[in-house]
Amino acid sequence: MRSFKNTFDLYDWDTLEQDIYNISSNDVQRVLGKEKITLEDFKVLISPAAKPFIEQMAQRSQALTKKRFGNTIQMYLPMYLSNECQNICTYCGFSMTNKIRRKTLSDKEILKEVAHIKRLGYDHILLVTGEANSTVGVSYLKNAICLIRAHFSNISIEVQPLDQDDYESLIEEGLYGVLVYQETYHKATYKTHHPKGKKSNFDYRMDTPDRLGKAGVHKIGIGALFGLEDWRVDSFYTALHLKYLQKTYWKTKYSISFPRLRPHEGNVEPKVEMTDADLVQLICAYRLLDEDVELSMSTRESANFRNNIINLGITSISAESKTNPGGYAVAPESLEQFEICDARSTEEIKQMIQFQGYEVVWKDWDETFSKSV
Amino acid sequence: MKDVLKIADKTFNSRLFTGTGKFSSSQVMQEAIVASESELVTVALKRVELDNESDNILVHLKEKHMNVLPNTSGVRTAKEAVFAALLAREALGTHWIKLEIHPDPKYLLPDPIETLKAAEELVKLGFVVMPYVHADPVLCKRLEDVGAQCVMPLGAPIGSNKGIMTSDFLEIIIEQSNVPVIIDAGIGAPSHAAYAMELGADAVLVNTAIAVSQNPIQMAIAFKLAVQAGRMAYKAKLASKKQYAEASSPLTSFLNA
Repeated sequence: MRSFKNTFDLYDWDTLEQDIYNISSNDVQRVLGKEKITLEDFKVLISPAAKPFIEQMAQRSQALTKKRFGNTIQMYLPMYLSNECQNICTYCGFSMTNKIRRKTLSDKEILKEVAHIKRLGYDHILLVTGEANSTVGVSYLKNAICLIRAHFSNISIEVQPLDQDDYESLIEEGLYGVLVYQETYHKATYKTHHPKGKKSNFDYRMDTPDRLGKAGVHKIGIGALFGLEDWRVDSFYTALHLKYLQKTYWKTKYSISFPRLRPHEGNVEPKVEMTDADLVQLICAYRLLDEDVELSMSTRESANFRNNIINLGITSISAESKTNPGGYAVAPESLEQFEICDARSTEEIKQMIQFQGYEVVWKDWDETFSKSV
Repeated sequence: MKDVLKIADKTFNSRLFTGTGKFSSSQVMQEAIVASESELVTVALKRVELDNESDNILVHLKEKHMNVLPNTSGVRTAKEAVFAALLAREALGTHWIKLEIHPDPKYLLPDPIETLKAAEELVKLGFVVMPYVHADPVLCKRLEDVGAQCVMPLGAPIGSNKGIMTSDFLEIIIEQSNVPVIIDAGIGAPSHAAYAMELGADAVLVNTAIAVSQNPIQMAIAFKLAVQAGRMAYKAKLASKKQYAEASSPLTSFLNA
């Protein structure tokens, strides 16, 4: 069976870390002079030595992004369906041990949320759940997709990892994309943050994009949760994962997200801080590595940061997201998974994007493309 | 005689076809296309709301009475492409389709096998099929055989702005083709467009280079003029290129001695 694990096992975390921190300014200049950026070059671009070259990287990232994606920003919105969860994730508000009111949306409630979301203008939707396979399993997800597919051109999910045949059955119902973040590629650290539940299985999670690729999904989103481990090493592994997937499942589109730890119920402090400058450096490094990968930015980040970042390589963003099930219309006051930072309305974000000379794209897919498979 | 381009039952005065993607707003798109004087504008089906009369992109095109050429960008197989074309015909009321099947979402390179299959099927269903293909002379002949009304070989990877990197193959395609040859992708500068026309292409399709320019309207005009200049040069017959000077004949002057 083809699996990223074979590639992953060729690398050693500590050696990579040492490599990245030993990179010199000369290395960076050499790489910036190249036209084609390789995975080895990416290592150089995310190193501390590349920090002084951030403006140069940003300029190049902007030009590459405009060439490929034009003057456009894609809009999407997450819709939380459930906060039931049988996992313990030390950094997450939905973690099993947190004493919060658990809620899973009914059909009626889903449609109420949908009506609200449609009024805001969205056509690309991301369905989010915790991991509670008995109540929010494949049949629940299938039902949810059937319920909403007439209302959205593009449906993605960010839920528990599933088996290949489960993904296949959801794709048949109209599923377009799946986001699944490894959180960290550091195996020991992963274990300490996921001590209990199905999620504690590092290998099964890391193998998820392979199962998705085999199932033939249109888009796979990957990423690491920044704060658990050194962001540079985790990002190198993410890039390694991306390149492996692109070569192996060449018909699939890929996206990268950059979640940084946010305050939530049951706090954990970031082990490794990632500054705004670090995040900009990383986004630009990804763009230089890959002209075509979608780079996505959520409302976890501040208004000021988001205003500036859409010029630098980001291709899709959300606005006024609610991270609690029913947060848009059913139960706006319930507890969120994490605090969002940029709470501006969709209309405000739209105006901000247009003011910067970009077209806001609501629809860039058609459900009939998925249906005809 | 007027130098018009004929594809199926339509004639075009302009040999510059354009697209609607990547513009900073629908307003800028409209102005740029008007300035380009293009008479055929391709629109990605996936970008338009087919059941919405006031779709932003379509409204801006309809206002200026532009010929809309729907494209199937996003589909991965012949089956999906046929489905999309039928949908476009019903929703947009046109039986013209720009057939794009690129299962590889990274470089958007066309799948020759699926494209040929879909073209054959769509022609039978009564479509005017404009297939986006590699600069593959044999494939272009095969498409002509199944009834494609033109061929649209690429100059370079789509969106790359690299220019005409496939000229040796394009020349063969142009030489052999009985249907119009429209160079579709990779044209990044007016000089590239002029060059394509000098080679004998019947038309070019330009999108990224106009949309992503700092001044899309000026760039649209520049492309319009470049296409006209290239076409004029082609019609006027370019002087042949010379590798060596002809002043003396060191090899054969003994014959005259």
